[in-house]
Amino acid sequence: MAAFTMPDEAVRWVEATIARYPDRQAAMLPVLWAVQREKGWISPEAMVWVGDRLGCSASAVQAVVRFYTMFDEEPVGRWKLQVCRTLSCELMGARAIVDRIRERLGIEPGQTTSDGEFTLQEVECLASCGTAPMMQCNFKFYENLTPERIDALLDELRGRVPDHDDVEPVIYERPGADAYHAMFPRGAEAAPSGAAGEAGR
Amino acid sequence: MQRGLDRPGESHVLEAYEAAGGYRAIRKALGMSPEAIVDEVKKSGLRGRGGAGFPTGTKWSFIPRDSAKPRYLLCNSDESEPGTFKDRWLLENDPHLVLEGMMIAAVAIDSHLMFNYFRGEFTYPLARWRAAVEEAYRKGYLGKGIFGSDYDLELVTHYGAGAYIAGEETGMLESLEGKKAFPRNKPPFPAVEGLFRSPTLINNTETLATIPWIVENGADAYTQYGTEKSRGTKLWSCSGPIARPGVYELEMGYDLMEFLEGDLGGMMEGVELKGIIPGGSSVPVLTPEECRGAKMDYEGLRERGSLVGSGGFIVIGDNMSAVDCLLNLAHFYAHESCGQCTPCREGCGWIEQLVEKILDGRGTQADLETILRVSDLMAGKTICALADAMAWPAVAFIKKYPQEFAALCAGPVDMEGLAEAVGRHDHILPKAS
Ligand SMILES: Cc1cc2nc3c(=O)[nH]c(=O)nc-3n(C[C@H](O)[C@H](O)[C@H](O)COP(=O)(O)O)c2cc1C
Ligand code: SF4
Ligand code: FES
Repeated sequence: MAAFTMPDEAVRWVEATIARYPDRQAAMLPVLWAVQREKGWISPEAMVWVGDRLGCSASAVQAVVRFYTMFDEEPVGRWKLQVCRTLSCELMGARAIVDRIRERLGIEPGQTTSDGEFTLQEVECLASCGTAPMMQCNFKFYENLTPERIDALLDELRGRVPDHDDVEPVIYERPGADAYHAMFPRGAEAAPSGAAGEAGR
Repeated sequence: MQRGLDRPGESHVLEAYEAAGGYRAIRKALGMSPEAIVDEVKKSGLRGRGGAGFPTGTKWSFIPRDSAKPRYLLCNSDESEPGTFKDRWLLENDPHLVLEGMMIAAVAIDSHLMFNYFRGEFTYPLARWRAAVEEAYRKGYLGKGIFGSDYDLELVTHYGAGAYIAGEETGMLESLEGKKAFPRNKPPFPAVEGLFRSPTLINNTETLATIPWIVENGADAYTQYGTEKSRGTKLWSCSGPIARPGVYELEMGYDLMEFLEGDLGGMMEGVELKGIIPGGSSVPVLTPEECRGAKMDYEGLRERGSLVGSGGFIVIGDNMSAVDCLLNLAHFYAHESCGQCTPCREGCGWIEQLVEKILDGRGTQADLETILRVSDLMAGKTICALADAMAWPAVAFIKKYPQEFAALCAGPVDMEGLAEAVGRHDHILPKAS
């Protein structure tokens, strides 16, 4: 088993962070974040390393990693596309967004493309409901999405290197009524049980 | 009262905040006795904006003053209630307002270490917040002897990693201690035994952001706004197929339909109103009839059988079925239940499966009645309110849109029998007090 190491600068950051809390273990989440930022995911070796720093067992660390959905126990794609599926986003066309990504990339939610470029996930409300539908891509939000914007965005991302400090959201112009209705394959006339059945999941 | 609403663009910068009168209230508070600050907040009638609506001043007065242990202030910026995005707005556009509110609360309970807990996805609000905190430290507004006084005040910014339940206050304490966010049994309440077993005051971001105005202008000025029982203003996060979604600050008691048709610009072209969830996904949905004449405040919404909650105003159009809405929410709660309590763990999953079965066209009347019965067994019987947050929407959607559920069932549904079943279980829904 290869020894787990973190760059000196990250180790210094970790120690300074632990010192800010009244209790070492309280720094658990920030320290796990530091590892995930550095390595892309949290390996069993990383959990031992974190446990040593915080004075707790690797299994205690693992329990925490498993509890919080943003931590990855396996490598993920270079671009992690997390589409919000919760109510306000579904009301505004989230299913059409997920469907377009599935078609374009040939993967289902939870999967990674074979070239390791993209991982697709469905996630819960990200507090951008007024600019729905939306997704988080690595550390950045993309809001007011449409299938066409997904097409352009996927092309753009392929040619780019992720920059973790680039966190300012991209808020597209809100789609007009036509673009909105186009995201609902069977339209308003199918109400009241409109989105049920084949239009959906 | 949210200063940033008038200062788009640069409102997050310290200089702009001070130019608009920022950091006057904390200076005033440092010259007041802690008891006087708590009294002022009590008199203002302010209630918690995180969801439960607990009177803020009363909560502050629960913090023991004579304890030998340190006291902590914790700002709840976990904002994960579906349909709610006002705290994110505040943190991005008015971080100094939140910070000033936190400072005043800390001084009022004699705390020298405060925490702000962000949800892990809030990288941008976090960046804005960090920049604001740095400005404040550089100016001597945080650290040793703040604002030239002899009061020391430190701040730790913490962030989660994806868990709705970390927004529940005792789940947050566990999370901040580096553990799974399992809510704790109460009592002891956090005010007595919170973070690291020390007295801890937990308030929502918006609640704290309201404090500077109250301290600066006085409780009497604050109570000029709103109604007798619901004082002041509240932020509403508005989403769904409406013309102008976004965050709005409204005086308590605002007319709901006037808000929808006026400020929000009505429904999007080609969509009719089906219902509105006024206070975040956990509160019962209102039909258009119930919306008419409703007042947006604590009593007004309760009178209609719903709640202010977090103020997540979700407008539902006629292009989505009530059954789909319930499935969406059931999936959310089943995913987010921490699993400690059997009624919640089993109940959320069970409701999700039954709604899915109905959507599949395989459901029966008995399944609908099971959902109602299970909801009844969940509400008020668990460690935290997540179980209620599943039970309320389940009963409310079936009660208010029974035809939509019946239309999808495999066999015939006796609507009278279904209504009777609803009648046996809808006592769990909020009602006028
Ligand atoms: C399941 C659940 C999730 C919650 N999520 C949040 C949240 O994201 N933000 C928040 O401020 N309060 C949340 N609360 C309410 C908190 O428990 C607590 O009441 C609140 O932070 C207190 O602040 P306030 O009195 O200023 O409202 C949640 C409660 C429950 C039961
Ligand atoms: S009610 Fe649900 S979420 Fe709350 S503590 Fe119990 S199992 Fe966990
Ligand atoms: S429902 Fe998608 S961001 Fe809130």
